Amino acid sequence: MLSALTSLAAQQGRSFWMPTQGSTFAPEVDGVFQFIFWLSVFFFVIIIGLMTVFVIRYRRRPGIEADNSITHNTKLEVFWTVVPSLLVLVIFYLGFRGYIRARTVPGDTYQINVLGKKWVWSFTYPNGFSTNELHVPLGRPVSLTMTSDDVIHSLWIPAFRIKMDVVPGRYSKLWFVATEKGEFPILCTEYCGTGHSDMLTKVVVHEPSDFMKWMDEAGNQYEGMNPAEAGEKVFKKYGCFACHTLDGKDHPIGPTLKGLWGKMETLSDGKKVLVDENYIRESILDPQAKIVKGRTPSMTVFKGMIKDEEITFLIELIKSLKD
Amino acid sequence: MTSIPVPGESARPVATDAGERNYLTAGRGLASWLFTVDHKRIAILYMIGICSTFMLGGIFAMLVRIEHWSPGATITDSGETYNRWFTLHGAIMTFLVLVPSIPAILGNFALPLMLGAKDVAFPRLNLLSFYLWLIGAVGFVCVLFLGGIDTGWTFYTPYSTTTATKVGLAGLGAFILGFSSILTGVNFLVTIHKMRHPGMGWFKMPLFLWSLYATAIIQIVATPVVGITLLLLVVERTMGLGIFDPALGGDPVLFQHFFWFYSHPVVYVMILPGMGIISELISIYSRKHIFGYSFIAWSSIAIALFGFLVWGHHLFVSTQSAVMSTIFSLLTFSVSIPSAIKVFNWLATMYRGSIRLTTPMIYALSFLFLFGIGGLTGLFLGTLSVDMHLHDTYFIVAHFHYTMMGSTLIALIGGIHHWWPKMFGRMYNEAVGRLAAVLTFVGFNATFIPQFLMGSRGMPRRYYNYPLEFEFLHRASTVGSFILALGLFMAAYNLIASLFHGKKVPDNPCGGASLEWQTTSPPHLHNFEKPPVLTDPYDMEDLYWDEETGGYRSRSVEGASGGS
Ligand code: HEC
Ligand SMILES: [Cu+2]
Ligand SMILES: [Cu+2]
Repeated sequence: MLSALTSLAAQQGRSFWMPTQGSTFAPEVDGVFQFIFWLSVFFFVIIIGLMTVFVIRYRRRPGIEADNSITHNTKLEVFWTVVPSLLVLVIFYLGFRGYIRARTVPGDTYQINVLGKKWVWSFTYPNGFSTNELHVPLGRPVSLTMTSDDVIHSLWIPAFRIKMDVVPGRYSKLWFVATEKGEFPILCTEYCGTGHSDMLTKVVVHEPSDFMKWMDEAGNQYEGMNPAEAGEKVFKKYGCFACHTLDGKDHPIGPTLKGLWGKMETLSDGKKVLVDENYIRESILDPQAKIVKGRTPSMTVFKGMIKDEEITFLIELIKSLKD
Repeated sequence: MTSIPVPGESARPVATDAGERNYLTAGRGLASWLFTVDHKRIAILYMIGICSTFMLGGIFAMLVRIEHWSPGATITDSGETYNRWFTLHGAIMTFLVLVPSIPAILGNFALPLMLGAKDVAFPRLNLLSFYLWLIGAVGFVCVLFLGGIDTGWTFYTPYSTTTATKVGLAGLGAFILGFSSILTGVNFLVTIHKMRHPGMGWFKMPLFLWSLYATAIIQIVATPVVGITLLLLVVERTMGLGIFDPALGGDPVLFQHFFWFYSHPVVYVMILPGMGIISELISIYSRKHIFGYSFIAWSSIAIALFGFLVWGHHLFVSTQSAVMSTIFSLLTFSVSIPSAIKVFNWLATMYRGSIRLTTPMIYALSFLFLFGIGGLTGLFLGTLSVDMHLHDTYFIVAHFHYTMMGSTLIALIGGIHHWWPKMFGRMYNEAVGRLAAVLTFVGFNATFIPQFLMGSRGMPRRYYNYPLEFEFLHRASTVGSFILALGLFMAAYNLIASLFHGKKVPDNPCGGASLEWQTTSPPHLHNFEKPPVLTDPYDMEDLYWDEETGGYRSRSVEGASGGS
């Protein structure tokens, strides 16, 4: 019952043109959008209306000649130069106001770091904990400091009406105040290759008290799990699924991890190596070090990003997938 | 009831006196075409070439549309294949089709004729431009067979410097095409300056020529920048020099500035000549003097100049500073005004006219409608805060298809229909032509209106996969694209069929007052047998309908030759 109500609430503010309004920016952006929309409709109706009337009224008829006495009218022409100029100045100002607000990050925000890489997002909270979904408290300014590990991505939260490129080698910023509890999509809008359209996740907006609770639980996220289960969670958390499968199916980018344990791999230099703890560890931390013959070395380097404990869980996971 | 004058529908066949000496029959054999320096023949070579590449680009467009029939795999289960399709569609359509299109085909054909000149200033250079275009086109076809490219037509770094696909070759192809474009621009510029009919002042030129002049300025100034940018890209890829790739110490956003410094002005290379054609069509088929000649002429120049100052509107969310974005937004709005002026002037031209819905006129009215939508939706994107939401979504995709395809290509097709009888001396079937124009219009809107809606609702562009909620809109768009394709094929069929079955036409079947209508259809090898008589290109009252030949005649021409 309660969940039905909240999902109903999440539908609120959704209009014909725009998705749900989920942040303080949304009503303002939608307002400007509507203003331009109706202004455009007004002018479009005038232009196409006049065009239609003229085509009918002044259609070619025998014996009736065109009136060629009118070739210009400076007053009229100045009029239709000046009026649109003034109108676009108004539109410019409205857009400028909202944009500056969206790009001026206030001082007292809850700060989250964002890393984009082909083709996963990872969000790191002030306590060092990180997730692939963005969790934020309701009604509190949150800022995102974003960078990329490889090519340019762009983080878009349609419900919040904000978007900013995520560029390697520099930090970009976004901020917002969520006004609606629930889950909203996050998409990548800068073309980044094969998995571009699957580089999506969601933002989960919690009541502030729930957010604290979530943070506490998430902090000891592997509690009560056996190592292989925890391994699966790690596998999701770091986006290994963007390139690997666990069920033996082929993936266009990386090999499946099923049946890997205990295998003899032939490396590109012809040497043979046994897949054991050390090999897996090295494959994750420094994937370029040993490449299996015939594969392209395109795996993300996880050195410095992943905790030791988590590697252990991954190893347990791969062990459990021995066939 | 007196019958209404309809081009090419005269009661009896008309004997054209062009006979053996017209440019189509003046030389025979393939070599006479491949080595021709005649601007009219070069125009036809371009027409064949550009229509072929348009087909190729269109095939990729259809593949993209079919793939989107349902989310995930429809006809390919690989995002990589899809990425190649949309890249090739975009790259072929912009570099091979839209940029050259109107200047290369209709500009080449009509510009010297409208000036009353024998040819362009540098006929051999003109042929060289064509061959450069051809080399570029062959380059792209090679890219296609060597595995394609997957960067999007925008080649954004560092993706483009790190992908394994054929970026180098495609960049080289675009580089060569750039030269073709520059040389055409130089040729037209000099021709307009130096070869106008004696007595034809700047403000007595047809507006199509003003638009080609403005276009030539952009081609010459902007194209070298993209050439150098693509070269830098190739250098970075092959030699590992750090220009754009941050891993090598470069700046990836710098590439976007370079790229749009060219690619924004270039949208005016596409649209300005289209506007020029529309000025001609609306005036001629309304039998009215164009309204506000000098406002239209100056607005072309204004667009060309302002067009250089707005590239940053593609970078509002690229981490460009807020101050820069603000300036670019303001300048972007300023460039919308000259376009608005043109639209109002065209409407005023129709006022109290004598309007006939011929095939070219239907295309011209479609243009007003589609360009209206394209221009007005540009307001949303120039608006900073709204663009933050709409950038890189299907809203943008729809917007630029309305301006590029809905406007430029519709103007091109309308213009081809308008000058077709002059080019080949034969008239196409009017009923089929109109039907094709209407189908194209309907199909176009059905394809792209749903895309506006999905964009603002949350559908990013360049997505192989998409959320299920957009399936209905994607399907509507795909259905529309089939109607659009049908309309285009019908128009092409109609034109080609006319070469075999079309009625012969007199010198001036559609009532244009500019100089090209004074020569024979098709024109004499050297354009004019006797020097044309200078007239006001929009003085429709100078022309009267002559039942006997089934065409228009000019009083001042007859007066000048002593009244025959
Ligand atoms: C960007 C794609 C990508 C991501 C993300 C990725 N990998 Fe890989 N991985 C590859 C590729 C490609 C290879 C094969 C080439 C190589 O060894 O570098 C590979 C190889 C491996 C291997 C060695 C397999 C063998 O047969 O030798 C292991 C183990 C591995 N990955 C585990 C992981 C884990 C665990 C994660 C998540 C923490 C992960 N990978 C994330 C692409 C990826
Ligand atoms: Cu992406
Ligand atoms: Cu632009």
